[in-house]
Amino acid sequence: MTAAPPLVAGAAAITAKPQPQRLGQWRRLPVKAKAGAILLGVFVLAAVIGPFVTPYDPSFQSPNPSLALRAPSAAHLLGTTQSGQDVLSQLLVGIRLTLELALLVGGAATALSVIVGVTAAFLGGLWDDFLSLVSNVFLVIPSLPLLILLLGYLPQKGETATIIVLSVLGWPWGARVIRAQTMAIRGRDFVAAARETGDSTWRIIAVEIVPNEISLIAASFVNTVLYAIGASVALAFIGLADVNSWSLGTMLYWAQSQQALQLGAWWWFAPPGLAVAFMGTGLVLLNTGIDELGNPRLRDASSANRIAGRRMRPADPTPVWQEEAPSRGRLAGLAASFSRTSLLERSGPARSAPLEARPASGAGDRARP
Amino acid sequence: MSFILRRLAFYAVAAWVALTANFFLPRAMPGNAVQAIMAKFPNLQPAAYQALEAMLGVGHLGSLWHQYVAYLGDVFTLNFGIDLSQYPAKVSTLLGQTIPWTLTLVGTATVIAFFIGTGLGIIAGWRHGGWLDRALPGLMFFQAMPYFFLALILIELLATRGIFPIGQGYAGGLIPGWNSAFIGSAIYHSILPAFTIVITTMAGWMLQMRNVMITTIGEDYVVAAQAKGLTSRRVVFTYAARNAILPQLQGFGLALGFVVSGAIVMEIVFSYPGIGLLLLTAVTSNDYPLMQAIFLVITFAVLLANLIVDFIIVAVDPRARTRETAR
Repeated sequence: MTAAPPLVAGAAAITAKPQPQRLGQWRRLPVKAKAGAILLGVFVLAAVIGPFVTPYDPSFQSPNPSLALRAPSAAHLLGTTQSGQDVLSQLLVGIRLTLELALLVGGAATALSVIVGVTAAFLGGLWDDFLSLVSNVFLVIPSLPLLILLLGYLPQKGETATIIVLSVLGWPWGARVIRAQTMAIRGRDFVAAARETGDSTWRIIAVEIVPNEISLIAASFVNTVLYAIGASVALAFIGLADVNSWSLGTMLYWAQSQQALQLGAWWWFAPPGLAVAFMGTGLVLLNTGIDELGNPRLRDASSANRIAGRRMRPADPTPVWQEEAPSRGRLAGLAASFSRTSLLERSGPARSAPLEARPASGAGDRARP
Repeated sequence: MSFILRRLAFYAVAAWVALTANFFLPRAMPGNAVQAIMAKFPNLQPAAYQALEAMLGVGHLGSLWHQYVAYLGDVFTLNFGIDLSQYPAKVSTLLGQTIPWTLTLVGTATVIAFFIGTGLGIIAGWRHGGWLDRALPGLMFFQAMPYFFLALILIELLATRGIFPIGQGYAGGLIPGWNSAFIGSAIYHSILPAFTIVITTMAGWMLQMRNVMITTIGEDYVVAAQAKGLTSRRVVFTYAARNAILPQLQGFGLALGFVVSGAIVMEIVFSYPGIGLLLLTAVTSNDYPLMQAIFLVITFAVLLANLIVDFIIVAVDPRARTRETAR
């Protein structure tokens, strides 16, 4: 339950109805980020309230054989397993456990990668070489076989063990990216200014460097959560987890080991797998959205690149107005695009969006009083 | 050449780290894992003890250092001992039987996915905002899906209706060999697993290629090429994509670890006779020496693939030949 506070905070930041003054910020977010946030919000909501609204005890095995392996019905919205357990209840509890685990791993591994990345960039020299080598080695060694080996040796394969092992192996990618960014920021004028005013290295790191990397750290967090979901589900699927607790992975494990597929019980293995897929899609979309916030070029160009109603390819030469009888729609569009207000409207938000929208990337909300 | 030498040194270090971790992990674990393993196999055959000797170094006399040296020697001579759970079989034989399956399947599927994904990424990046670009979020859905789950769905949709075989590497009754019946059957059985890998990994390549492509298209030299009046085709492929593909190649090696990880779990669903299925049997029967040997083999395969990609990078990227590429 330790994950409850960040869960709730994340939900509030992402899904809370935007207040009027924040509506503009929300609207300016890339579509992909919005879709991802909404999708994730649904799962966070399910994780928070899920365990309280489960219609049945997920582990309750119905002694009545007629209730076993039933297709979805009014009594069991997602059907039952072979031993008469309610799939919906398992799903609701499972989403919570999986998400909780993934968020904890994401937090721990991201913290590690910030520490390693910033340390490497600041200490430089031999330490930098060493830390970079370590993270590159861990990146190139395939993680899942190593995870299997590590978990295989642990005497008890509970949730804690999985969290620790996943966190220990989940930091190198973030560390690499953050190190590169820190190297770039370190040479900037404002860092030099802070140093001149006598700020300690710790203060520079905490006040100048890390806040400037918040979008990168957020992206790294989202990536790590994605990795943690995938890895934990895969590990549970092959039985390297506490198979008596309900997570999305253990649901798939039981479905596979009790031959749901051969019995044609699609309602048994499809919900947990789809939940993982949708959660992952939400995270990928959110990450793409964060990318687009930082790099406006990547945004969907369908509206931005229309000039005089003509769609521009990015590398097309500057359009030259051709003397042809424009259609009514095109004429109207042309008139509108050259009117003063529309110019202001169009170039105004589009230009300033990347700068202003940056704090709206979820994590930055706290920075704003 | 210095680039390749540097990379070689790096892979040597990575291989050494993997080997050493493999050796010390069971010792570093709480509750003396070696004894726990031996307790799990009370009636261990004396010959099978060699596997423990090889992978864990327990039987070797002397200090930890001597055990470590003996273990390294065993690994380099590919002496992984006798398997614990499938008693008379040698671990190296088991590995030799399964590796070709996984290597062929994962290798081919990854290369196909890389080419399709990169190609689509070029189009999506060039026609930024076009229909393909907007279809990308839909493709990400497949990327976010666990490989093994897509495998389950494909079996449910296609295999149970008899269009494709449900599992296994080849039809029962055939004897593996270089004859057309066996190879045809093997290809037929590998279509669904390969399709799974291609579908789930394609979107990742596509997204990265698209993003680099969009950034590259904004470069002055692309605009200059366009201004010279070159055909779009030439601008796209010779100017933009040629440069945009370099980060893609550098990412290839790192992504490979994920692909292999996903693929070995996917094999379990298809009962594909590869190394993933072997890993599952090792895990379920607590066959630690086999698990360790598999870990080493997979790691070395990934390192080797990375090395090959580095050679390709040197061939394609003139900067890698002249300048040290920090990585």
